[in-house]
Amino acid sequence: MTFRKYLVLAGITVFATAGDSLLARGMKDLGRVSLHHLSGLLLAILNPWVTAGILLLLAFFSCYMSALSWADLTYVLPATSLGYVLVALIAHFSFHEEISTTRWLGIALIAVGVGFVAAGPSVTPSRHQHALDTSPDAVSQEVKS
Amino acid sequence: MKDVYPWAAIALIVLASTTGDVLLSYSMKRVGDVGELWQRRGVLAVIGRVLKTPTFALGLMVMGVAFYGLLFGLSWGNLSLVVPASAALTFVANAVAARIFLHERVGRRRWVATLLVAAGVVLMAV
Repeated sequence: MTFRKYLVLAGITVFATAGDSLLARGMKDLGRVSLHHLSGLLLAILNPWVTAGILLLLAFFSCYMSALSWADLTYVLPATSLGYVLVALIAHFSFHEEISTTRWLGIALIAVGVGFVAAGPSVTPSRHQHALDTSPDAVSQEVKS
Repeated sequence: MKDVYPWAAIALIVLASTTGDVLLSYSMKRVGDVGELWQRRGVLAVIGRVLKTPTFALGLMVMGVAFYGLLFGLSWGNLSLVVPASAALTFVANAVAARIFLHERVGRRRWVATLLVAAGVVLMAV
């Protein structure tokens, strides 16, 4: 794991959290979309909050795809779940929302889980990975390192 | 009977987002390390190779189904039930699916991490 890869994982967490928050903020302006007027969802992208949210979610998706290109799914998902904690902490410190003991416990469990998986290997050799390892490119890299 | 709808939506979300995650992960493993490819051939080569992977489009479509499942679920159930329940179940379902379909080695460390995070997500919603 290089510094760049940790940056990508951080990007997933931050962009997903910020994007979701902006979307939620924009949808508040629009009010409830009834099932009979689903076309309202198409107009939603004209709302500046929603537009900004979608741009951030595109950034999230790029980081997510990048991470999946070099790390296992079972590594990426837990490693980037700090977003839930981030939302709660922002709500607590910027909006002064109360956090109950159960929520603090939830925050602690997620943080421990993230630490647990992040301390382990990011990619495990699988059948597919094995095929890659035997390619001349990978072999030459291994010799170099 | 009304309780059936939110849980049907949750089941749909879990099924669709797990399928989507597995398909996208499979696609990106076939593409290979995006950072390296970017340095060697440029960003257009990366985008081209990703778009040329057929399972990528399929994964995106299934993720779209999951998104509409979420909208449907939110219109029938509470935000505090649908989001954490589907997120926690998706974490566990993904670990099982990654082991079976992606042949990832989900060792004790990853199982513990997955279950801790899933439990934490549930607790944060209580």
